[in-house]
Amino acid sequence: MKFIIAVVQPDRLDAVLDALAEKDVHLVTVTQVIGRGRQKGTAEVYRGHKEVGSLIRKVKLEIGVNDEYVEPAIEAIASNARVGEGSIGDGKIFVLNLDECIRIRTGEKGPGAIG
Amino acid sequence: MNRIGRWIGFVVPVAFFFLAFPGLALAAEEPAGLDAGDTAWMMTSCAMVLLMTPGLAFFYGGLVRRKNVLSVLVQCFMAMCIITVAWVVLGYSLAFSGDIGSGNLGGVIGGFDHFLLRGVGYEVRDGTIPHMLFMIFQCMFAIITPALIVGAFAERLKFGAYCVYIVLWLFLVYCPVCHWVWGEAKGFFGLGNNGALDFAGGTVVHINAGVSALVCAIVLGKRQGYPEKTSPPHNLPFAVLGAGLLWFGWFGFNAGSAGAANASASNAFVVTHIATAAAGLTWAILDWILTKKPTCLGIITGVVAGLVAITPASGSVNPIGALCVGGGASIFAFIAINLKVKLKYDDSLDVFGVHGVAGIWGALATGLWATSMVPGNEANGLFYGNPIQLLHQVKAVAFTIVWSGSISFILLKLIDATIGLRAENRNEQVGLDLTEHAETAYTLVD
Repeated sequence: MKFIIAVVQPDRLDAVLDALAEKDVHLVTVTQVIGRGRQKGTAEVYRGHKEVGSLIRKVKLEIGVNDEYVEPAIEAIASNARVGEGSIGDGKIFVLNLDECIRIRTGEKGPGAIG
Repeated sequence: MNRIGRWIGFVVPVAFFFLAFPGLALAAEEPAGLDAGDTAWMMTSCAMVLLMTPGLAFFYGGLVRRKNVLSVLVQCFMAMCIITVAWVVLGYSLAFSGDIGSGNLGGVIGGFDHFLLRGVGYEVRDGTIPHMLFMIFQCMFAIITPALIVGAFAERLKFGAYCVYIVLWLFLVYCPVCHWVWGEAKGFFGLGNNGALDFAGGTVVHINAGVSALVCAIVLGKRQGYPEKTSPPHNLPFAVLGAGLLWFGWFGFNAGSAGAANASASNAFVVTHIATAAAGLTWAILDWILTKKPTCLGIITGVVAGLVAITPASGSVNPIGALCVGGGASIFAFIAINLKVKLKYDDSLDVFGVHGVAGIWGALATGLWATSMVPGNEANGLFYGNPIQLLHQVKAVAFTIVWSGSISFILLKLIDATIGLRAENRNEQVGLDLTEHAETAYTLVD
């Protein structure tokens, strides 16, 4: 089992979720986050005062998957989160080992509890 | 340099003042015929009607996605600014000067007699209030009418295109219809002079804006992802706040349309309230029966539909008529909004369903329930033995629909061909707040 953490542009969320659902990956937790990478923050202007925030809005997806779903899930996220303008800031995908998964309702453990 | 700047800053406005109001500098006495009570009420009404536009901004702002809330608020506030300037320069003149031209097609639009408010001074015009107060009362109506259309193209129209559209729309759609109904239009277009009843703007304001909204929604096309992927309202409490401000301001809108603090204004005040309450209740009941739950958005939508429908009727129906006008408004608007989903056009915030349909219903209902027992009104409707009145109302509705629909369509196509209407795809996805205004409404951390 793997635990995938993906940080993507907020406006790509719908497309990513659709693509994940197509690959039968339904278990997703989404949070609004702010953070930074090499991309500078977006410039906002308030009463003529330009503010370039050092942190920028993204959404974070957390996905627990069984091993055979890892590649399809990464493919779904990467291909849909890529804005395709050559600019940086499309986000990252991190893949971690997942020790255990427990379905709260039944107490079932392991790969069968995902999904 | 600074002193010269200050000198110019003083002389230029003063010079403009004397140019615009020749002779006023000497006027010290109160104009003949001015009534203090009427004038006080009309100034109050003006402020109340102005407050409707920020109310509308919050009503619409709450219904869009969080990435577009500022764009809607800015559009409404820009209407308050740009339309006021346009109204002072030319709009008032086109609406309320005498006809341009004559003959059968005379009366389409007013002339240039009041260009830059020439001749609009402190003296009394047709009543007991200063002419300039009448002008600014009408200005508030001219502001909110194009702002109503915002709901149809929300979340996808470029801001520059918006500014151009509402100014052209003011001059070429609002001013003509205002001229026909409330101005001095005679002949073929003389709707008001030929008997159509429109106390506070069923045709001029609501059908006009509602039909234009439908055309906008169709010409502009759907938002990306509509209907499955457009999120629900991002802040319904904002919408409730907006609806509350609209209800409050509407007392100035309708009762102020009497032009005086008199029995006619009192009737308009009372029937406005009754019809609105009846409409909100009706919508809640429809929701309760048909979808099992009375919804928050449903009840406030019903309230606005009721306010719209009673607008043309508020000078001519009694409280019993108001109950019927209000109840009917919610029924027809409810049907229209449910049909929209089937017809697959994206009038994002249902401007046509609420303002267009309830406005048409209100204008026609005026021809049904109008009664000469209401002070200041001489015409009876169908239910009081005068079927001709209904015909007058049908004609006024038809003229407004045809004019607003066709001219709006031409204007939109012209703007689309020159500066373009729609925001870039990517900008629409990111949201208009950031891409059009370089701001965001909500921060994530302190």
